[in-house]
Amino acid sequence: MAIEFSRKDMLPPLPPPVSERGAVKWARENLFSTPLNIALTVLGVLVILWLVKSALPWWLNSVWNASSLSECRAIVEASAGAGATGACWAMLRVWWSGFIFGFYPSAEWWRPILSLGLLFAALSPALFAGQKRNLTIVIAGAALFLVVALYLAETPATAFVLSMVLILGLLALAQVAPAKLLWFTLIYPALMLWLLWGGSVWLPIVGMAGFGVLYFVFRLASPFIGLAPAAGLGVVAAALWWLYIDVPVVNQLQGLLPFGIPSIDSDEFGGFLLATVIGVTAITFSLPIGILLALGRQSDMLIVKTLSVGFIEFIRGVPLITLLFTASLLLQYFLPPGTNFDIILRVIILVTFFAAAYLAEVIRGGLAALPRGQYEAADALGLDYWRAQRLIILPQALKISIPAIVSTFIGLFKDTTLVGLIGLYEPLKGITQLVRADTNWKGIYWEPYIFVGVIFFVICFGMSRYSMYLERKLKTDHR
Amino acid sequence: MKKSVFFGALAATTLVSGMALAATLDDVKARGELLCGSNTGLTGFGSPDASGNWSGFDVDLCRAVAAAVLGDANKVKFVPTTGETRFTALQSGEVDLLVRNSTWTFSRDTELALDFVAVNYYDGQGFMVKKDLGVSSAKELDGATVCIQTGTTTELNLADFFKQNNISYQPVTVADDSEAQRQYLAGACDAYTTDASGLAASRATMPDAENHVILPEIISKEPLGPVVRHGDNQWGDIVRWTYFALLVAEEKGVTAANVEEVLASTADEEVKRLLGASGDMGAKIGLDNDAFKRSIAAVGNYGEIFARNIGEGTSINLARGLNALWTQGGLQYAPPFR
Amino acid sequence: MAMATDVPKDGFRLSMLIYDTRYRSYTIQLVVLVLFALAVAWLLSNTVQNLAARGKEFNFGFLWQRAGYDIGQQLIPYTNDSTHFRALLVGLINTLVVAFFGCIFATILGVLIGVLRLSKNWLVSRLMTIYVEMFRNVPLLLWILLSYVILSETTPQPRDFRVTDEMAAAGKEPAAAMMLFDTVAVTNRGTNIPSPLFERGLGTLDLGFLSLNLTFWAIVAVIAGSVWVNRRILASARATQEATGVRPVTWWKSILVLFAPLIALLIALGFHLEIPELKGFNFAGGILVAHSFTALLIALTLYTAAFIAEIVRAGIMAVSRGQSEAAFALGLRPGRTMNLIILPQALRVIIPPLISQYLNLTKNTSLGIAVSYLDLRGTLGGITLNQTGRELECMLLMMLIYLTISLTISTLMNIYNKSVQLKAR
Repeated sequence: MAIEFSRKDMLPPLPPPVSERGAVKWARENLFSTPLNIALTVLGVLVILWLVKSALPWWLNSVWNASSLSECRAIVEASAGAGATGACWAMLRVWWSGFIFGFYPSAEWWRPILSLGLLFAALSPALFAGQKRNLTIVIAGAALFLVVALYLAETPATAFVLSMVLILGLLALAQVAPAKLLWFTLIYPALMLWLLWGGSVWLPIVGMAGFGVLYFVFRLASPFIGLAPAAGLGVVAAALWWLYIDVPVVNQLQGLLPFGIPSIDSDEFGGFLLATVIGVTAITFSLPIGILLALGRQSDMLIVKTLSVGFIEFIRGVPLITLLFTASLLLQYFLPPGTNFDIILRVIILVTFFAAAYLAEVIRGGLAALPRGQYEAADALGLDYWRAQRLIILPQALKISIPAIVSTFIGLFKDTTLVGLIGLYEPLKGITQLVRADTNWKGIYWEPYIFVGVIFFVICFGMSRYSMYLERKLKTDHR
Repeated sequence: MKKSVFFGALAATTLVSGMALAATLDDVKARGELLCGSNTGLTGFGSPDASGNWSGFDVDLCRAVAAAVLGDANKVKFVPTTGETRFTALQSGEVDLLVRNSTWTFSRDTELALDFVAVNYYDGQGFMVKKDLGVSSAKELDGATVCIQTGTTTELNLADFFKQNNISYQPVTVADDSEAQRQYLAGACDAYTTDASGLAASRATMPDAENHVILPEIISKEPLGPVVRHGDNQWGDIVRWTYFALLVAEEKGVTAANVEEVLASTADEEVKRLLGASGDMGAKIGLDNDAFKRSIAAVGNYGEIFARNIGEGTSINLARGLNALWTQGGLQYAPPFR
Repeated sequence: MAMATDVPKDGFRLSMLIYDTRYRSYTIQLVVLVLFALAVAWLLSNTVQNLAARGKEFNFGFLWQRAGYDIGQQLIPYTNDSTHFRALLVGLINTLVVAFFGCIFATILGVLIGVLRLSKNWLVSRLMTIYVEMFRNVPLLLWILLSYVILSETTPQPRDFRVTDEMAAAGKEPAAAMMLFDTVAVTNRGTNIPSPLFERGLGTLDLGFLSLNLTFWAIVAVIAGSVWVNRRILASARATQEATGVRPVTWWKSILVLFAPLIALLIALGFHLEIPELKGFNFAGGILVAHSFTALLIALTLYTAAFIAEIVRAGIMAVSRGQSEAAFALGLRPGRTMNLIILPQALRVIIPPLISQYLNLTKNTSLGIAVSYLDLRGTLGGITLNQTGRELECMLLMMLIYLTISLTISTLMNIYNKSVQLKAR
């Protein structure tokens, strides 16, 4: 009889040794795998400890309620002993509005807030064309933001209701006809300018009518003189409209039907409002110029190419600060004697040129990244230059450029801090300088800079994460 | 493309046209607002608070001019300018009047085609050092590190002073007053040099003011005053005489509070002319006869402006010194209102 | 006798300028050119009118007037009696010095951080990520201001170094001490470092328009000569190796050739270091590196390094895994894999964006204005502009100089880029 000795059931597996599981394993693999790694880990821990040790008491002793720096210091000394240092965030109670809105009148704060909310609504069709779900999410988020922010800013009831009607209308539009939202994107720039600077309601309407004139002339003339000359004629007609007809018509209409909101002078803009306005307007207006420059740089026509390259290389070759000084010191020399318009507008013009040159390079990269076959296919279909660009090349090139455009915008947004050097009240140099010149807070140093730095970080980090997400998403589409 | 809409929308509100050399007075009246070039933020002389209300010694002069020209001291738009952009802003017509601690010098008056119409503050460049440095004269500063604001006449004066006395120094240029003060307090420079008024103002706001001394040497004359464009004499006269009106008001004891009362009761012919009760002083320079009365009612006389913004008792705590009236041993002297 | 091949004369119509593709591009170019010329003429005429209205003239004569102001950091001799042009040169050199050191340090730090970010060490890679994100997402201006204030607030004052008689008697140490064998003193005004001095210097050769420091150029010439001879030695060693298979020993020759002539020259010139000493208010002797320079350099380095780290990381990740696996399969050690396989390939991806970072860094030196570093913008575009009131000339000249610097850097780097790129066949 053969003795059968075999196990009928499996032994339960032993737990892995201590060094091979849980936190220990993770630490062994991730922190202490080699002598070099051990050294690096120790070094890292030391750095963190040093940072915490040197800054923590200062943070812990923060004072949130005081009316001047000396009072702050007295409170810190009283609570933490003589010689102790502490942050004095009480300064923000007085100055936070300066950092965010500059000197924008507090009764009108709803206008920049509404512009910001609508900005997201206006951007969404460009980013998620026709994707109902994403559109809804973004616009609903904007609506939520508006409800909270407008409430906090003590918005007048009428403005509150109208804003809600507008954003909910957009939300409804996104459900019914998502493609139609693009129209809102197109009218948004005029709406934003009107909201921010105020004035007669007819200003944006009559201004936008200029585009109507352009289109009308173009359609009327194109059967007779061809596309390009008709487009040129349209531009001339629109320019004439804006130069000569716009203002009288606005005045007439305003006389008949006086609707409007109080107008705000440019010099009341400041803080992050100013930084955002300069950044967003410059990037918006630089996009069309940047596209034209990029196409010009790729063009076969020698003169067009030379001019484009010259412009791009010139702008990219000089520091932004010299362009800003040009805006504040030199622009007046180049314009007809007596012309004088406000410094923010001049800065926006120069920053737009600056952004356009950088965007042109970004878009050129996008154009270069397109496979040669796309160009050849467009030619094979017999499309002319503009049709090929509009239907085949640019949509693809712009799509792959979006992450780089966002990066350009982040850079530009950070660079808006430089306008403080020519006397505008941007948050980092302008408003901070005012805080430091304020008799109550004279001698304060770290707090305003940290506050401004943190806000910049949050905004820029958010945008850069978003652009990375976009990059990943767009990449999969292309492989 | 969209750029044009921007222009269109802003054209009506911001595109202000007018020849830079045309009559500034007409421009100001047509605009209904005085554009006044001011500091980006100098405690006591001109800076906005958190809600954007400007105040200060220089700011009040702008308000006085606005009150005289437009009848309302609040119809002023303050355009912040830096040391580098201030004169260009004036030349290009961006501002009508520059009141920003600007020193009256030969080259600015001639080469830059500007007119300094008066001196609203007589200043001089001085040095401040810490007491424990043991220095009692600026001539002992051989080898010292000196903090100095860039873009001002003080740089040139400093270089001249050390050269004349044949001693050496290490300049540390800084961008603005608050930064200079921080560096000085941190000990990054042995001495801080700027206008004596600025030194006193800095010292007054320091937590340990008693540990700092302002050295006796005043190494330069710094007559600070309002500036207008060269070539528009009428506008220059308006600014000049508005300022003198404030001085005469102090001399005659007319204040913001008692101006109506004095007007009703005075027997002094010059006061009557000043306040528009006799003669037509205002009309002669293109304003109305009540112009100076309005200025005084709006901001007070020179002494009141001084006391309110930078005088003893404020955080700046400056003595009148050279800026006392001539009757009290100072230099402030207004030509007769006649 | 008309030939049969006579082409039918195609009458030229004006409309062909628009419709015929052969002519259209000429038409467009002509229109663009005319518009451009009109725009330029318009700008010029405006400028002329404006200048006339302000009673100014366009001329650069002011560059030869006395400047009258002092500059803290001057690498070529300058006093307040020098001309504005000299001040411009001092500023230009200051700009270039910051840019030069900034590029070098940022590259070293950037590569280090980029590699560490890919490290398997969790803590280190996270720390590096925090570093990169922190510096990339906050404006450079803030970093410049902060590094300046940290430098001037945390370092001791010069008088803390002083040893008074009482302290000596009590055996007390001063509050602060010099570093590196008492040769370097870091105060809250700047860093005092020893300066090289020559007892028997060669003097200067004055050529009228510029003066050459002969000592400096002699040293440069000797170093260049040594390097050249060393290369010859190595080349001949390689030739021998290829011919015979045996590489001759060269290391002692190299050391001798590289160092002996230099040391001999320095001894001959009487080289010694002048060590800074506390005298009066400040350290005297040696070279003072002001904190405005150090802060600007540190901030530019840290900020640009964050961007370079990302470029390096992307470059390394762009090299396909198969490359390193193949290298391991060939038996190469990890270090050699990195040096011989990965980095050369990554370099092709890294260099083009690296060039634009160098350009950015160079342009960003103009932010020295925030800490009043007197670079080109601070002298020509700052004090000179302000004291002479010649904004048009100063700004145009300044832009032209910056443009020249940028174009020079990008040209040089593009030549280098061409030399490392794959030669496509």
